[in-house]
Amino acid sequence: MTTINRRSLIKSAGAAALAAPFINRTALGDAPLKTAFAYTGPIGDYGFTWAHEQGRKAMVKAMGGRVTADYVENVPEDQSAIPIFRDLARSHDLVFTCSFGFMDQTIAVAKEFPKVKFEHNTGFKHAPNVATYNNRFYEGRAALGLISGMMSKTGIIGYLGSFKIPEIVMGVDSYTLAAQSINPKIKCKLLMIDTWFDPAKESAAAETLANLGCDFITTHTDSPAALQVCEKKKIHGFGQGADMSRFAPHAQLTSNLDIWAPYYIERAKLTLAGKWTNSDSWWGVKEGTVKLGPYNKSVPDNVKAASDKLMKGWVDGSYDCFTGPIADQSGKERVAKGVRMSDKELLVLDWYVKGVEG
Amino acid sequence: MTIDLVIAEILTVVNITTPILLAATGELVVEKSGVLNLGVEGMMLCGAIAGFAISFVCSDPAFADSLPWLAAAGPWIGVVGAALAGALAALLFGFMVLTLGANQVASGLALVIFGTGVSSLIGSAYVGVAVQPFDQLFPDALAQQRFGKLIFSYSPLVYFAFIMVAVVGWFLSRTRAGLVLRAVGENDLSAHSIGYSVIGVRYLAVLFGGAMAGIGGGYFSMVITPMWAEGMTAGRGWIALALVVFSGWRARRLLGGAYFFGVFMTLELYAKASGFSFLPSQFWASMPYLMAIIVLAVMSARSRGGSQAPACLGKSFIPDA
Repeated sequence: MTTINRRSLIKSAGAAALAAPFINRTALGDAPLKTAFAYTGPIGDYGFTWAHEQGRKAMVKAMGGRVTADYVENVPEDQSAIPIFRDLARSHDLVFTCSFGFMDQTIAVAKEFPKVKFEHNTGFKHAPNVATYNNRFYEGRAALGLISGMMSKTGIIGYLGSFKIPEIVMGVDSYTLAAQSINPKIKCKLLMIDTWFDPAKESAAAETLANLGCDFITTHTDSPAALQVCEKKKIHGFGQGADMSRFAPHAQLTSNLDIWAPYYIERAKLTLAGKWTNSDSWWGVKEGTVKLGPYNKSVPDNVKAASDKLMKGWVDGSYDCFTGPIADQSGKERVAKGVRMSDKELLVLDWYVKGVEG
Repeated sequence: MTIDLVIAEILTVVNITTPILLAATGELVVEKSGVLNLGVEGMMLCGAIAGFAISFVCSDPAFADSLPWLAAAGPWIGVVGAALAGALAALLFGFMVLTLGANQVASGLALVIFGTGVSSLIGSAYVGVAVQPFDQLFPDALAQQRFGKLIFSYSPLVYFAFIMVAVVGWFLSRTRAGLVLRAVGENDLSAHSIGYSVIGVRYLAVLFGGAMAGIGGGYFSMVITPMWAEGMTAGRGWIALALVVFSGWRARRLLGGAYFFGVFMTLELYAKASGFSFLPSQFWASMPYLMAIIVLAVMSARSRGGSQAPACLGKSFIPDA
């Protein structure tokens, strides 16, 4: 994950050169709030980074001329991110670092620039000038699990992931638990491919899951590659981060949307009002940062209704897939009956529930 | 593991191996002529965006009335476009290293950065759109038959890749032109002194390599995942480069080596998904590289099985006036 190769060095050198002209620009009293975004992938990935980019654009639009927002894409998740963050900090008031892999680098640079505000996406380390924010993606994934549980004929569903980090483990567990709430015997085959973005590998992995009998595949990597495989193999899947029905008009039943705009707008407003704090925000369906995309017309009405009900349950608090009894893969009970897992437990979740294979 | 599962996994292997094989076959010819072009990844990306953009434009409904054949021919035109785009990128490289005598390693790396950048720039207009995949040459009766799948279910580019390996192998070892190309790669001064155009031969080789890399890139954007995403080849160009060395600069071993990598990549995924937990997944992920080291060690230990690296590989040739 943190390999330093010639390409990433050249990329970061190039990014540093790009950011260089902004150095030493001083803030004026009535000047707009200067924000910057550091992305791990290309804005054209049509996935994770793309979703952040939509949020950035929406923020600029909503805030009129009061906010500027620069961005740097393809920032490597290694030590070479530090000089890039430094350059951003020199010329901006509020810096968003949009990847789990930027955690230690963000903390390190924040120490050097105590007056600049940082916001780190999906991390858990804090500092006086570092806020963290995350999205409850797992809430949407529970709905995908419910749909899979109701519609799977083989009783085997697949989950294509990247790395074993809490974010992914939560997704796997919520997906599986929601599916099991319909069909207790359902199995979820988990396949981690050790990368966020490699369309050919994502595609080969999805083919393998399909070959092993999965008739539903949910993806937690960055490209629509797996959905295209679902379309070819005549099985089902879900859009990740964006509506991907154009890539899989029959296979995509709905999509799990990351909507960052409400959060970014809120943070820009708070900063302008001088009320920014190093908060730890974890928004979700309730705040409008997780939504389901339109359903495919092949989804039966009763499935739609059940899925809508589940999503409403997140809003009013009547539903939580992480309510006991929950057993782990070995069958050992981890959460007692009736107990809801706390956010603290979820954020460091590192075990899979019973029924997850692989 | 049932027979059907094995068949399905073989299809996956072929799918992920073909683009690497295409690019490596081109690079083999380039290196045999004495030129080291490290820019395979960049040329592949140029081919990927060109192939996708052309087949997308051809599928535009605006042409449905005036040129009804265009949508069906789109992928074929796309492949030609991918080859031309790769060759164009290679021409730039050729101009730098052959005409201007620039350093080949630096120019090749520059080509990677250039190809990545220019493909992102052009590709920004094509994010989030899809085209029909360029697959299955034969009719369903053959291609969907249980065992027929193994032979008939592929994209035309898969057959093209096999044919090209055979043609390149035959060309290099059995033809006069191939002999000249090898002579240029082995000893440029001698070839020059007996009247062969070293620069001319190398230009042709570099252009061929670019076209093959472009088609390999097009395989990503038109066959495996019919879409455009920035940097979608995800480092396969570097694997193609490594394969040429791995094969000891021989076409037949190139074929074996490419499938060797493909099989292990697929085995890794299969082992993880089916829960072979007796070995950690990291072990499977490192298998292709571990096996590569073992094979290379065994190969170099055998005196007759040594590599056929061209003697002038990577050296600039500047003819005296």
